[in-house]
Amino acid sequence: MRFLLVEDNGELAEAVSNRLALDGHAVDHAGSLAEAEHCLAATSYDLILLDVMLPDGDGRDFLARSRAHLETPVIVLTARARVTDRVGALDQGADDYITKPFDFSELEARVRAVLRRRGGSARNEIPLGEALFDPMSGTLRAGGESVTLRNRETRLLEVFARHPGQTFSKGQLLDRLFSFDAEVTENAIEVYVGRLRRRIGPLGLRIETVRGLGYRLETAPA
Amino acid sequence: MIARLSIGHRLTVLLAGVAALLSLLSWWMVSELARQAAARSQDNVLAASATTIAETIRSEQGEVRLELPYSALSMLGAISEDRVFYKVVAGERVLTGYDDLPVPTDAATGARVAFETGQYSGEAIRMASVRRTVLAGAGPVPVVVTVAQTLSGVDAVSGQLSRLAAALSLAFFLVAVGLSVFAARASLRPLNAFAQAVSRRGPSDLRPLRRDAPPELAPLRGALNRLMDRLGQSIRRSEDFIAEAAHRVRTPLATVRAQAEIALRSAESEESRQRLRRIIRAVDESSRSAGQLLDHATVAYRAEDLARDRIDLGELVAQAAAALEPTATMKDIAFHIATSQARVVGDAVLLESALGNVLDNAVKYSPDETTVHIAVSAEEGVARITVTDEGPGLGEGPIETLTERFRRGGNTEGVVGSGLGLTIAADVLAAHGGRLDLRNAAEGGGACVTLVLPAD
Repeated sequence: MRFLLVEDNGELAEAVSNRLALDGHAVDHAGSLAEAEHCLAATSYDLILLDVMLPDGDGRDFLARSRAHLETPVIVLTARARVTDRVGALDQGADDYITKPFDFSELEARVRAVLRRRGGSARNEIPLGEALFDPMSGTLRAGGESVTLRNRETRLLEVFARHPGQTFSKGQLLDRLFSFDAEVTENAIEVYVGRLRRRIGPLGLRIETVRGLGYRLETAPA
Repeated sequence: MIARLSIGHRLTVLLAGVAALLSLLSWWMVSELARQAAARSQDNVLAASATTIAETIRSEQGEVRLELPYSALSMLGAISEDRVFYKVVAGERVLTGYDDLPVPTDAATGARVAFETGQYSGEAIRMASVRRTVLAGAGPVPVVVTVAQTLSGVDAVSGQLSRLAAALSLAFFLVAVGLSVFAARASLRPLNAFAQAVSRRGPSDLRPLRRDAPPELAPLRGALNRLMDRLGQSIRRSEDFIAEAAHRVRTPLATVRAQAEIALRSAESEESRQRLRRIIRAVDESSRSAGQLLDHATVAYRAEDLARDRIDLGELVAQAAAALEPTATMKDIAFHIATSQARVVGDAVLLESALGNVLDNAVKYSPDETTVHIAVSAEEGVARITVTDEGPGLGEGPIETLTERFRRGGNTEGVVGSGLGLTIAADVLAAHGGRLDLRNAAEGGGACVTLVLPAD
């Protein structure tokens, strides 16, 4: 997916861009509303991440101004808590908001929810062997067959799908799948890997156990 | 003391005092005029009587003679039942009448007719003397005719008039008091209308007063408007400050968190992964606490003067569930919502925050792939939102203390929380005249939290 990140803090913008790039997304960074206008004139984006406080104005005012001709969904990055700021952002045409500092899994979940509400404008199917995987909707299609995965199963498969042939340890998978506010043991990963194996097996996909290292997705028929 | 006396009372008392003074003055003037008029008419009759008697005096064979005309005295009797006295003196000799009747001091020297008030046989009398010179014998003899009358008739007439005047003055005074009360109320009406216009305003309405006011109230209106303007500015400044402070603190925290997540991707050793996880948890904990503290303060501020929106609880639940849906989906948690018609009157922002905190807890403590049940009901004037999860429940220990500040339950190990969520929810409900009911669900053992509100 292609994101436009409008954020004046360079450090944060760099970190967010890098983090989203790790998941295979492209991010353009605008440091001000004026730059954002340039970017929007030049390219089309799947989603805009819009900071509230920018050097040349309030992100929400920009939103209210440009909502009429702006089709792209917008998630507002706000520093304020729910009670005081939430209403303002949503009233001015944001699709959703997320409070800094944010969990990237939560950001992705919100992006998915927004795109789903908007009718799934971003369709980025990943080919896996004979199958096509849509991480947005969690569907896996091969030939005439189609499987819809649960959320965590989708995200587990997405981790493997974006890095073909790479082996992931249980600890790495744990960090990608679970938010950090709850303690989860690595047993949970074994449970989810087992379930995913059963769901995708019929479509010719296999998850190999690499002894002592972790798991790897195999797309070629055994 | 005077400063605290109501302006209406002061005005009434002042106007009534003036009316009393005027009434007394008019009573006194009318009485005095009546008394003078009565006295003058008595004087006239007395003088006429004395003159008539004097006319009948003539000289006969060198003697001064008198035939007392009784009609002259009877004209006096016509006025009232007063006693009448007379005395005619020719030279040094008393011709007829009461020997000891006093005579006006200037009767022999002054004007032709002299009047005086005096005492005779224990009563106050009014005397009139007419002087005449009669030629008899050796030469002219001065004759003084004095007629006197007691004053009870004059007193009676003037007393009667004075009582009438008193009655009229009293009536005048009472009407004046009534009018002063009316006048005081009428002149205070713009002030009361002004006060009502101010007190009818909503809690956050700081717009300047545009209402027309009498010129006397213009300085007060100006002062009020300046005060509201300053108050509005100071509220805006503190809101801007909070927004700016939150932005400045949270943006670097977001950077730290993002960097830590990136580092976690490439970290090789389990030990550094563990450290990075701890960093991320600490960032989450601090930002959550800061946010909830701010929410808590906002709740306390708004609860002092609640907005009164009409709220459909079904819509409120739908909104709150939609806001949390992405986080719930991450754990494959589904919301099951059962609503029936329920309306309440209250502050929408606060109720949304209360429900948000309760739902947030439910999602946070629920295991993966479970359902959070939300039920809305209204019966017998009580509206309820019940949130039941399939989590570990509220744990051992006293459940009621969970709404205390920074108190966390027994089953919260390993979950980031501030201990303020339920406090905020309970405070919001208390401000609306409701309460937060906490218990463990009978089957399954999950937590069951009920928001109880008076229905509209």
